[in-house]
Amino acid sequence: MSDIIHRRSPVLNTIIWGLVLIWIIAAGFPFLWTLWGSFKVQGDFFSKADWTNAVYGVRTHIETGSMFTGKGYYGAWITKEFWFAALNTGMVVVSVVFISLTLGTLGGYALARSGKKYAFYFLMLALVFRAMPHITLVSGYLLPFFEWNIWGYLPTAIIVMVAINQPFTLWMLHSFFLNIPKDLDESAMVDGCTRFQAFRHVIVPVMWPGVVTTGLFSFLLAYNDFTVTATLLSQANQTMVPKIASFLGTTQTEGNVMFAVAAVVSATAPLFVLILFFQRQIVSGLTAGAVKG
Amino acid sequence: MKNRTFFWFILPSLITMLLFIALPIVSVAVQSMHIEHEAVMVEVENCGPFGCKKELQIDVEETAKLKEERPLGQFNGIGTYTNRNHLAFIEIGLALQSSNGFLDFISKALNLPFYRALAFTLTYTFIVTPLVIFFGFIIALGVNTLPKRIKGPTIFISLLPMIVTPLIGSLILFWMIDANGILGSALQRIFDDPNLSLKASPALTWIMLMVYGVWHSAPFAFIVFYAGLQTVPGDTMEAAMIDGASRWERTRYVVLPHLMPLTVFILLIQLMDNFRVFEPIVSFSAQASATSLSWIIYNDLVGTESQFFGSAGATSVLTIIGVGILLIPVLIRTWRDFNQKVV
Repeated sequence: MSDIIHRRSPVLNTIIWGLVLIWIIAAGFPFLWTLWGSFKVQGDFFSKADWTNAVYGVRTHIETGSMFTGKGYYGAWITKEFWFAALNTGMVVVSVVFISLTLGTLGGYALARSGKKYAFYFLMLALVFRAMPHITLVSGYLLPFFEWNIWGYLPTAIIVMVAINQPFTLWMLHSFFLNIPKDLDESAMVDGCTRFQAFRHVIVPVMWPGVVTTGLFSFLLAYNDFTVTATLLSQANQTMVPKIASFLGTTQTEGNVMFAVAAVVSATAPLFVLILFFQRQIVSGLTAGAVKG
Repeated sequence: MKNRTFFWFILPSLITMLLFIALPIVSVAVQSMHIEHEAVMVEVENCGPFGCKKELQIDVEETAKLKEERPLGQFNGIGTYTNRNHLAFIEIGLALQSSNGFLDFISKALNLPFYRALAFTLTYTFIVTPLVIFFGFIIALGVNTLPKRIKGPTIFISLLPMIVTPLIGSLILFWMIDANGILGSALQRIFDDPNLSLKASPALTWIMLMVYGVWHSAPFAFIVFYAGLQTVPGDTMEAAMIDGASRWERTRYVVLPHLMPLTVFILLIQLMDNFRVFEPIVSFSAQASATSLSWIIYNDLVGTESQFFGSAGATSVLTIIGVGILLIPVLIRTWRDFNQKVV
């Protein structure tokens, strides 16, 4: 039967393959192009004369004597100290993921097991908080943070990002905990465990798939954030994304846009690896909220 | 679960959310009622080669002291809301009186910064969201028919535009449509116009931003729909075929209704996310032709000379009200579902 369902006319097949091919090119080509171009000089990547220059590296060959050049990367990582921003991003992301998950698993577990009306109200409130544009919250933080002299430091940005991500983390973990059978922790409690002991010894060992998936999304939210890091961190403590944004102004005038291109490629690489290894978790995470409705 | 246990489990989350989400909303509201101090002026006698003159000068020390004592600034009530940079009641009133025709009034209103940003934000939200759902659905249908072996790599590539940092993704596109970039110069050749620049024209900038928006969010809709397609009930499908339903009728009457709840979910998420459109405007340096509500708040906060907390606060409060209006239908729906479940 399923064979008949999947039998299609050649015309339809061609249309489908064409559409999918167009989409794959639209989705993938920009990244491939920028990766290739980041090893060229600016005259090639932004070639007025002939776009094939960027492919063959004509000007790159004239200027550096080879088809590829690492000048952009050297300029970004060493001259402009991008390595320091990368280090900051690493610290911020690891802390945000760790703290978000710790708070989120406790809260998400409670929300999944409560069954009271106020747990529902709490989730609704979290949904409203999730909808707040981040910049509106940031404009509320800035003035108090200036007053208390905690503006500009990494821990401030970390705790703010944890809070902003909390509604999302709670929703996601809550729906994962709903999938873990209630009998598991309840039978532990019948055997004399307190609620926390049941959570610690029975639920924690089986919750890792959900936690890993949620952790991935916390990672992405922290790694991709521009609003919080651009406004709450001082120039000296910048992470990668605001650093790239500040490259835009300076490099355009100095004529080294290639530094920014190299930095962009460098910042994309970890995400690429992430999808490579965790594609299945990302897909299941995206649909976790949806399938529940 | 006992109330006490629930409370202790939820407490850490609750504290961070109250401190860093609820409190800032209050703080934004308070800030929006205040305005920066006026500079303290002193009269000084300035003596030069042509005699002495009395001049008013800013007393830097006193001004700094005043700022130190009351950092919020002076109370302004709803003054900031009604001024030219926000709701602009006076200017709108004038425009209503003086304009001939509806279009003239609209064009006058769009010269005001707040309405300009609001117009772009709403246009962006209500054009990008349906397009994302449409393209996501088409891609999902297409990918679903591919042989198993190439599905994985296709999904991998499809995820890229969504996973990559919005600021970086929009930069990559921006460089390609630069007049000297690959797409920009290709377009110049196609339209045979060497001066064609996507950045110079407001209309093209708007289109460009929306193209980015669809490119960035379509993968999300695609993945959700794709997962939904895996669960289309086989029995219903077979029954429809036995009844002689064509491929189109099966898609229309079996697949679409099955995916409806997912569409609502995508709609909700996309409305929330598109309403806060911000990063692409920074990457595309599009502020001359397109600003969004988030962007004008950001612009007030990172000003080079001074920051306008009052102004940013007022825009933030108006934005939050906008989000509230967007969310009301969803909240009512969820509310009804929940109450039905309880009864």
